[in-house]
Amino acid sequence: MNRFIELKNHQREIYYFRLRLVLSLGFVAVMLFILLARFFYLQVIRHEYFHTLSDSNRIYVVPIVPNRGLLLDRNGVVMAQNYSGYTLEIAPAKVTDMDALIAELSRLVTITPKDIKRFKKLLTERQALETMPIRSQLTDEEVARVSAQRFRFPSVEVKARLFREYPFSDVTAHLIGYVGRINQKDIEQLEEDEIASNYMGSDYIGKTGVEQSYETQLHGTTGFEQVEVDAGGRAVRVLSRTTPQSGSNLMLTLDAKLQEVAEQAFGDYRGALVAIDPTNGEVLAFVSKPGYDPALFIDGIDTETWEELNGSLNTPLNNRALRGQYPPGSTIKPFMALAGLHYGTRAPTRTISDPGYFMLPGSRHQYRDWKSGGHGAVDLYKSIVVSCDTYYYGLATEMGIDNMHGYLSRFGFGKKTGLDMDGETSGLLPSTEWKTKRYNQIWYPGDTVSAGIGQGYNLVTPLQLAVATATLANDGIAFQPHLVKEIRPARGEPVLTEHKQMYDLQIPPDHLKLVKSAMEAVTKPGGTAVGAGYGVEYRMAGKTGTAQVIAMKQGEKYDAKKVSEYNRDHAWFIAFAPADKPRIALAVLAENGGHGGSTAAPIARKVLDYYLLGKIPKPLQAVSEKAGSESD
Amino acid sequence: MNLRKIKIRFMLHLDPVLLAGLGGFLFISLVLLYSASDGNWMRVLGQLGNIAVAFTAMWIVANMPLHWLMRIAVPVYVFGMLMLVGVALFGEISHGARRWLHIGVATIQPSELMKIAVPLMMAWYFEKHEATLKLRNYFVALILLVLPVALILRQPDLGTSILIAASGFYVLFLAGLSWRIMIGGALAALASAPFLWSALHDYQRHRILMLLDPSQDALGKGYHTIQGMIAVGSGGILGKGYMNGTQTHLDFLPERTTDFIFAVWSEEFGLLGNLLLLGLYVFVIGRGFIITANASTYFTRLMAGSITLTFFTYAFVNMGMVSGILPVVGVPLPLVSYGGTSLLTLMLGFGMLMSINTHKQLVKT
Repeated sequence: MNRFIELKNHQREIYYFRLRLVLSLGFVAVMLFILLARFFYLQVIRHEYFHTLSDSNRIYVVPIVPNRGLLLDRNGVVMAQNYSGYTLEIAPAKVTDMDALIAELSRLVTITPKDIKRFKKLLTERQALETMPIRSQLTDEEVARVSAQRFRFPSVEVKARLFREYPFSDVTAHLIGYVGRINQKDIEQLEEDEIASNYMGSDYIGKTGVEQSYETQLHGTTGFEQVEVDAGGRAVRVLSRTTPQSGSNLMLTLDAKLQEVAEQAFGDYRGALVAIDPTNGEVLAFVSKPGYDPALFIDGIDTETWEELNGSLNTPLNNRALRGQYPPGSTIKPFMALAGLHYGTRAPTRTISDPGYFMLPGSRHQYRDWKSGGHGAVDLYKSIVVSCDTYYYGLATEMGIDNMHGYLSRFGFGKKTGLDMDGETSGLLPSTEWKTKRYNQIWYPGDTVSAGIGQGYNLVTPLQLAVATATLANDGIAFQPHLVKEIRPARGEPVLTEHKQMYDLQIPPDHLKLVKSAMEAVTKPGGTAVGAGYGVEYRMAGKTGTAQVIAMKQGEKYDAKKVSEYNRDHAWFIAFAPADKPRIALAVLAENGGHGGSTAAPIARKVLDYYLLGKIPKPLQAVSEKAGSESD
Repeated sequence: MNLRKIKIRFMLHLDPVLLAGLGGFLFISLVLLYSASDGNWMRVLGQLGNIAVAFTAMWIVANMPLHWLMRIAVPVYVFGMLMLVGVALFGEISHGARRWLHIGVATIQPSELMKIAVPLMMAWYFEKHEATLKLRNYFVALILLVLPVALILRQPDLGTSILIAASGFYVLFLAGLSWRIMIGGALAALASAPFLWSALHDYQRHRILMLLDPSQDALGKGYHTIQGMIAVGSGGILGKGYMNGTQTHLDFLPERTTDFIFAVWSEEFGLLGNLLLLGLYVFVIGRGFIITANASTYFTRLMAGSITLTFFTYAFVNMGMVSGILPVVGVPLPLVSYGGTSLLTLMLGFGMLMSINTHKQLVKT
């Protein structure tokens, strides 16, 4: 009985299965019929139509590249623009003997060995069916000559194109950055972001600086035309057209003139300067010196020039303002003073006696003050004015490194500022935890001593220090630093960048008043930057700093003349003005400049004089009369 | 049946009818690749190498007794799932999708393995619970299907996830999922579509719209469809002749050795060629149906049915995509498109069909 049921079930099961199989067969038949019907429709009913499309006429989809947005400074001065010109381009896929072709072409137009090198490098970077430029900015005469001989060179084309131009050249190179030809890596990135089709006809993409970080806004939307082309490849008529949409123009927060003044103020020094409006975070000047000529990179740089730039001891390609990491030196002291007040480690009135050195309890090692013999009796106010090291050795030791880390990180040290530019470095604000992680070592009391005067493991970027100074100037209320003031789309309303408050440190007003007044005294007789403050017509506050590049042995004395140029101390100066109601805050670094007071502070003074009083420094007056671009 | 035939069938475990059909496809593949690649022998030889590897794998699987297939179902599925999770966590990104896993020297694409592993696992599960099938079991099987499909959809790889979802659905359907549930599920999906739509981000909606209307992206995927349709349509009844397709040889057709190879065939051999190709698919699928109908166990019936129907789906989706009735989802033409991975998976499937057909007398009912 039991067995009978099972058998029956089994047969029923097979029956149902086969039923479903037959249904599947029906499904397959229906789908096949749909395909057949579709083939019949395409290949019989509409055959004529498709035959016409494929045989006598062919549809090309031609992308129309949008105009790239312009870059303007806060007053409308153009900092990046487009101009139209002609290039001579070669389609490498159609060439059998490239050298012979180039030799032929050079009889018609001037082709320098540099052009050839650059072109050959381009060939190795992107293998595609498209054309590659061998010469740009052809003269009208050259265009005419090539056009007349065109039939001889089926692989050669003269193309009218828009070129990017940077009127301020090296002065704004690190800020504006540059566009360059789209390479394989860019293509992969575009494909990953699923925007490759928007770059179908584009040759260039932002590579560094604002050109890179605002690529999306600057590029615009590519349009396209569907064109009927005859068998010879000539366009017969346009079937449809979608117009491209130009990229947005960007108005930067930068003041071009101020940037120029700042850049010139450096003279022959290498270094960086970042100036910020402390009340809203707008970056007013962003200098990294030396700069380079961004135009070199647009159509690919030749190997020789690249190696020259990249190998130079002056590292012109290094964006010092954004990525340079230096010990802050004594510029850390105002922030340390605030930390001391915050934790109650130092009362404003407490004085210490400075014999010219500091010793840890139970050690004979002497940490020297920069002034041999010391500063005598020093309170908090005087410690900033005369930049007393001994005061901060003791303060740091009593406060402890982790408290120091805790307070200073509130000012943004050791963290990226979040500026709207790619590639920022974060500096280094050491702590016991960091040292364990990084070196697997315990923190020594001696580490704290040197950290107290901004040496040791401490590293800051000029941008970070400028942001921290702006925060201090604005009574502890920090604004997000940013470079773009307004985005102006080709169509539609301009969008103003919001002034974003990052944090309010809630520093007690009496602490602020004490530190700020001491910083003002720095620029007055008795202060470390008295020279730079001489005859100033507004209230200027600042702090000098000197960052050691090489360590001195115990008992050895630093002598600038004995040390090679690149090992000399870096000079720092941070400043804000007017002291009672700051409108500008800045940080200046002069690499291997020696003393902050004598090298960096005068640079800051020139910048402040121009921004607050409109004073143009003498040597620059001659330069700025020669309007437009200047490069060296 | 004469003695010779019996020898081939049961000594080599190869099915001569199926073998003839597969041989036809591989011949077409080589001939067509030569034209599609503009006479590039390297492409043809490369595919010949792929065929050799895939054929060997098929033969090995064909020689596996059925209880082996049962035994490997769970480990293969678990291994595949682990690799899919591995891909989601540390996979290599290429062309905007995270599909590949880097193991030492080789990069592998675990989603391909799942094309076999998912129906195998589901068929195994149904076989285990054959005597006491309840609604709950269908639900568990559905989860076995949905997990890998969701992971592959996230990579994102729409083409592969559609094929795996189809192969799993066929197992559920053949296992006797009740009509009420299927219709109910379809209605529920339709009803929830507006809610899902409103829950999507703008960019996701944009993507779906692009998929449905390729002319929105005339420079991107729409270009493929337009050129594919021109190639098919201009082929006419007789075609332009071998090596004479202008769409193919003047660089208008994109991906013409892989996903769009059917357009080359259509352009050069026309409607007659299409009929021939469809006939060959019908031949192979018909053989698959016969093997399915004669399969001796629940497991083998489900497996054989799913393999056969998935093979058809593969072909339908590709030809539909090239001729412009389906969106471009990136599915190659089975057994014809250039590429080793999909060929290997397909041949493994056919190996299983052969094993099912040649081992059944050992477990006679």
